[in-house]
This record gives sequence, structure tokens and C-alpha cells, in this order.
Amino acid sequence: MEKLNRLELSSSPHIHSKWSTKKVMWFVVLSLLPPLISGVIFFGVYQLLIVAVSIFFAAGTEAVIKKIRKKKITIDDGSAVVTGILLGLILPPNFSLTGTALGAIFSIAIGKELFGGLGFNIFNPALIGRAFLQAAFPVAMTTWSKPNFSVDTISSATPLAAYKFDRILTKLEPMIIGNIGGSIGETSAIAILAGGIFLIAVGIVNWRIPISMIAGIILFGGIFWIIDPIKYPNPLFHIFAGGFLLGAFFMATDWVTSPITSKGMWIFGFCISLIIVIIRIFGGLPEGVMYAILIMNAFVPLINRLTVPRIFGEQIRSIQE
Amino acid sequence: MLLLNNKKTFKGGVHPRTYKELTENLPLKIMPAPKQVIIPLSQHTGKPAQPLIKKGMEVKTGELIAEQNGFISSKIHSSVTGKITKIGEAVSFNGLMRESIFIESYENEEFVKLPLLDSEKVTSEEIIQRVKDAGIVGLGGAAFPTYVKLSPPPDKKIDYIILNGCECEPYLTRDYRLMLERTDDVISGLRLIMKAVNVKKGIIGIEDNKLEAINKLEKAVSNFPEITVIALKTKYPQGAEKMLIKAATKREIPPNKLPFDVGCIIQNIGTAVAIHDAVTKGEPQITAILTVSGKGINQPKNLIVRVGTPLIDVLNFCGGIKEDAEKIIVGGPMMGFAQYDLFAPITKATSGILVLTKDEAHNFEETNCLRCGKCVEVCPLNLVPTRLVRLIQFKKYEEVKKLGITICMECGTCTYSCPANIPLVQWIRLGKQKVVSLT
Repeated sequence: MEKLNRLELSSSPHIHSKWSTKKVMWFVVLSLLPPLISGVIFFGVYQLLIVAVSIFFAAGTEAVIKKIRKKKITIDDGSAVVTGILLGLILPPNFSLTGTALGAIFSIAIGKELFGGLGFNIFNPALIGRAFLQAAFPVAMTTWSKPNFSVDTISSATPLAAYKFDRILTKLEPMIIGNIGGSIGETSAIAILAGGIFLIAVGIVNWRIPISMIAGIILFGGIFWIIDPIKYPNPLFHIFAGGFLLGAFFMATDWVTSPITSKGMWIFGFCISLIIVIIRIFGGLPEGVMYAILIMNAFVPLINRLTVPRIFGEQIRSIQE
Repeated sequence: MLLLNNKKTFKGGVHPRTYKELTENLPLKIMPAPKQVIIPLSQHTGKPAQPLIKKGMEVKTGELIAEQNGFISSKIHSSVTGKITKIGEAVSFNGLMRESIFIESYENEEFVKLPLLDSEKVTSEEIIQRVKDAGIVGLGGAAFPTYVKLSPPPDKKIDYIILNGCECEPYLTRDYRLMLERTDDVISGLRLIMKAVNVKKGIIGIEDNKLEAINKLEKAVSNFPEITVIALKTKYPQGAEKMLIKAATKREIPPNKLPFDVGCIIQNIGTAVAIHDAVTKGEPQITAILTVSGKGINQPKNLIVRVGTPLIDVLNFCGGIKEDAEKIIVGGPMMGFAQYDLFAPITKATSGILVLTKDEAHNFEETNCLRCGKCVEVCPLNLVPTRLVRLIQFKKYEEVKKLGITICMECGTCTYSCPANIPLVQWIRLGKQKVVSLT
């Protein structure tokens, strides 16, 4: 029993769920493969290059900033890779590689490291990058390529733009499969759901956020549709059009920038959908998912404070006394 | 949701791998008395007992060697027949030095027993007196003197006696074995407790991964309509007092209150058996029933061990530890204590000794908080661990007090589930101490 000299000592608990930041991030990377593959199928192999450039500059920016700040380089935790892939997936197909690189640098430098790095950022870094590109390259960011296997032989417009500007309602089937105009990873509902449901099943994504967003868009979109079914699109269209599903499963559910309480998650999801419907119906832009999530990101600290759960047994005390 | 089922439980909690398969089918085995026992005077919540013997005296097995000191305290009996060699400090399982009685045991044992009582005719006062005389303490973990729990303040009306058969800590299987091997004695113990407190309803709560025990007990209670066996969802910490009462009766214990306040008394399965033995066999509490398990021990076992047996003797009895053993724990893996000195003795309430390998034990590699909310989701008491820890790190003790930190029972579910590997419950322990020292 000479081993006794090197027994490990620490306080309880002595076991762990074996989840780690690294494992979580690589699982998210895995879950993003279906939307990435759908992007390649519908818009060509070039899209892989966009995502690769995005990952490279996201991870590279993080490494450089950590080096300057003399901190441990932590790109192997996978979080910058996740940001890189997410940014790539929400860019228009065949977007310029220079623009992609700039967006990725902005995402990490301004969206994440400026706030103190992983866990401290207020806004979703990938969406920050996209918002920057939207402002810097407004034309390129709204130039859509015609998808492969398109049913519509002339138009490459996204379903939301087609509806907003031309009152053309895209059929549901292509929106589910993905042979429609739109950002690289946003068009195929099936691919997004496959990745999203995987993340919920392994316990990384809390189901409350996507479910509350879907419930919210059915509610708020439905109200307008009932008021005037000709002028306003039906709620199903709201769900499958644009970046809604990718936003609901991958953007709004980002741990760092979403609420930590269950009640907070419901409020967060409902409010995002409310803002999406308002922007889509009354705004000048056809799409509002990105701004809706960014706006609600800013409210997360407040939501967390206002939704502190009732401590076990507390209500009963107030009744008794 | 489709996943909902109507099994009784509480909100939150985690599902660690149970590893019960290592020992659940091994019958309880009696370990022979060791050469020397080290009996701490403080094995229970409350004041240490006062020694009645001197160095050099000879004692018999079951003889009273230390007297209860005050209301919340317990008597202590010799667990072997032998000679007192020393009264002095010895390391305890929780790492503290404790005043202890060292006894060298003889080959031939002589037993001293308390007079036998008839379990059907015995009165409430007699039961409580016997529990006190036998030095019985709660075997669920805190080792609270049982006779105190059986004497609730007269203004509290008690509706239920709940026997805790959850055994929600991974690895441990001693309560399970007791329920299987001593089914009738468990029920007899529960009936004695009900009689002592004059309560009409008894509940035995068992996690639904112990089906055999549930079936056996259900069959055995069919003659006693006042007792019900309920299956609870298998989830840690289902066996925590507050969680068990919530699951069994839907009542919630308010912060800083006790089970008395919601009309319940909880006793452990092992405690019920100990009460049965004390009343009907006149046996004082001189043994501990425990599980020796983990991948790092050669022969996992469920054992009946004399109180005061050094850990090392128990480990050797189980074939010794393996080369890749990394950590030795007294208690369960979620709330037990890591050991540095294997001469620490077994106490009345020791529930297990675990020898974990590197693969099983938790090693920290901490990152920043990712604000995932897992700790909030799993906390059975609805605290917000990540926020408490942030505030403790900034020494804002007044604020954490307001957020209810003192009700934390340190079950460890937050640390267990944290993907950033932040030692949340460890910080909260520190915070609780600071909050207590505020006043």
C-alpha cells in the first residue's frame, strides 16, 4: 500500500457529468454539419471555402488577441470554430472571401474578445459579424444566388423578399428541403432541424428557447394572418422562411448570450419572435431574425435578474406567516 | 411533453451513473472484529460523549464506554471485547482530529446486552428511552441523535413517518441489501418509530431502480394498511430530506425550517433496522453497515463492520486496493469525504468506502462560466449557483445571504453538471461560512 502517498484529495462531489466546454463546442460543430452540407448541395462547393475562411480568421483572431493580452491561447476549446461556422452559414452564397474574413475578425475581436472573451460577451458574436457586414456591404449582403434544383427557374430572391416586394408566397415544400434562395445554411429546414434536435437530445440546447420562439411566431404571426390573410403571410411561412429556424436552434440558444433561468428563456424566445414579426411586417427589411436576437441579447442580464426562481419552500412560508 | 411520467419526484436533480451493479447482488457479510478499534467520542451531530473508562480498563462488547453529554449528543458503546490502550486524538473521516478511545481486542468475545423488550407491548416512552440507551444516530449522513428526532416539540403535529429507502448516492447499496435481507425488520422498525411518536401513517420511499426491494416491501406491508410503499423516480438527490418529503407528500419545507414543521419525520432504512435490533434484541449500535465499492477495490462488498475499525482493515478485508486507485472516499461520491489517512475509523453512520480510479474520479479543468444555466436547472432548491459564486468571488456576502445561500444543502448537483468545471458547491460552502460569520 505504498500508493497511499499519492491519494488524490479534493472536496465533494467526486464525480462529474464528464461534459466540458471543449466537448460541448465540438458537439455543436458536429450539429452544424447538416446545414453546412445542405449549403454545399444547393449552392456549390465554393461555400465550403467561405466557411473555411470564416473559421480560419475567427480562430486566428482569437489566438492573436490572446497572445497580445498575454493570456492562455484557448482556440482548442472550439468556441471560435463554432462562431466561424455560424458566421459562414448566415452569409449569402458566393459571398466574397475578403468580406468573410473581415466579418470573422469583427465577430471575434469586437463581438467576443473586447468583452473579455468566452463567457463574457453580451451579443452573439456571429450575429455581430453579420450585422457589421450588413452595414459594410449592403448590396453584396443582399445578393442571392439561384439554388441548384430550384423549382423557380427565374428568381433567386429569398422567400421573404419575394413576399415583401412581389407578394409571391413560396411553397412550403422547397422551404423544408432547401432549394430556395437564402443564406448558405439557412435554407434547408430539414438539415437545421436534424442538427437542432440532436443538440436538444444530448442536452446542450435547452428546448425552451426554440419552442418558445416557434410558439411566439405562431402566436404573433397568426394574429396578423387572422386579421388579413391576404396582406400578411401565414405563421408556417414565418417559421420556414429566412433565418428563423437557424436562429431558433443555433443563434438564440447560444449559452453565453441567452438567459439562465427557465422562465427567462420563455420570455426571451417570445420577445424575439415578437420583434421578428414586427420587423418582417412593418420594417423596411424583409428579414428581422438577426436584429431581433441581438436586441434581446441586450436584455438578457435584466431578464436573468427579474426571473430568479422561487427558492424551494419560500411560497409556503409566506402563506403560513 | 411525451416524456412526462407521473412518477413522484421533485424538480431539478441529476442522473449520475449509479454503478450499483458492482455490489447490489452481494449479500451483507459480517467482517470479524479487527485487532484494534479507534472509537471517536464524536460520531454524531452535537456534543462529544464523555468517556466513562480509563486507560488499562477492560471492556466487553456492547458495554457503555462514553455517556451522552447534553440533549443533542449520543451514548457510545464498546464494539469489541478488549483493553483500553489509549484515550487521545485520532484522525477522523472528515479530516479533523477527534478525541477517541483506542481498544485492543481479545480473541474471546463477551457480549453485554440491554434487556429485551416486547415490540408489541412496548410503550412510546420505552422505545424512545431504548433508542437513547442504544446510542442510535441517524444513518442517512448527518448522524443526528435519533431519540431527539423521535421527541418532536409538543406543538408540532406529525402526520407521517417517512422511511428513506432512496439511497440516491451512486455506488451505495447497503440500504438496498437491508430492504431485501431484513424486510420484516425494516417494517418492524418503522412501526416502532410510529408507535414512539404516535403517528398513524408510515411511508417507505424507494427509488424505482430498486424494483426488487419495492416488490418485497410491498408484499410485506400488505398486513399493515397504515404503511404505504411508494416508488420514486431515480434521481439524485431524491434521498435529501426536503426532496423526499416533497415527492412523498407534496409538502415543501420552508427555508430554515425542519421536517417537523411540515408534519414529517424522516428516518433512514438502516436506522429503522437499528431500532428494531435495539428493542427486540437489546443490541446497542456498535456496528456500521456499509458498501465497499468502486473500480479501484479488488473485491467490492456489502459489509457489517464494528464501529472503530480503521479504513485500512476494511480495505484489506476486501482484497486491498488496485494499482490504479486514485481517490478513497468515505460516504457517497456526491457528498462523501476524500481520505488522506487510512487509519481513520469507521463510525456509526459510515455508509460506504469507495475506491475510485482516475477514470471515475473528477479532475478539474476549469474554464470561464458559459452561462448555460445548467446549475440553475439542476439545483433542487431553486438557487442560482452561478450568480451566488460570482458574488462570493467578489466578497458580496450580504447579497448572497439575501439570495438564500444558507438553505443550500451542498448536494453537489451544480458542480456535477457544470460543463465549465467550476467548483460551484465548493465556493458556496465558503460563502455559507462567511455568511454565518457575518452575524
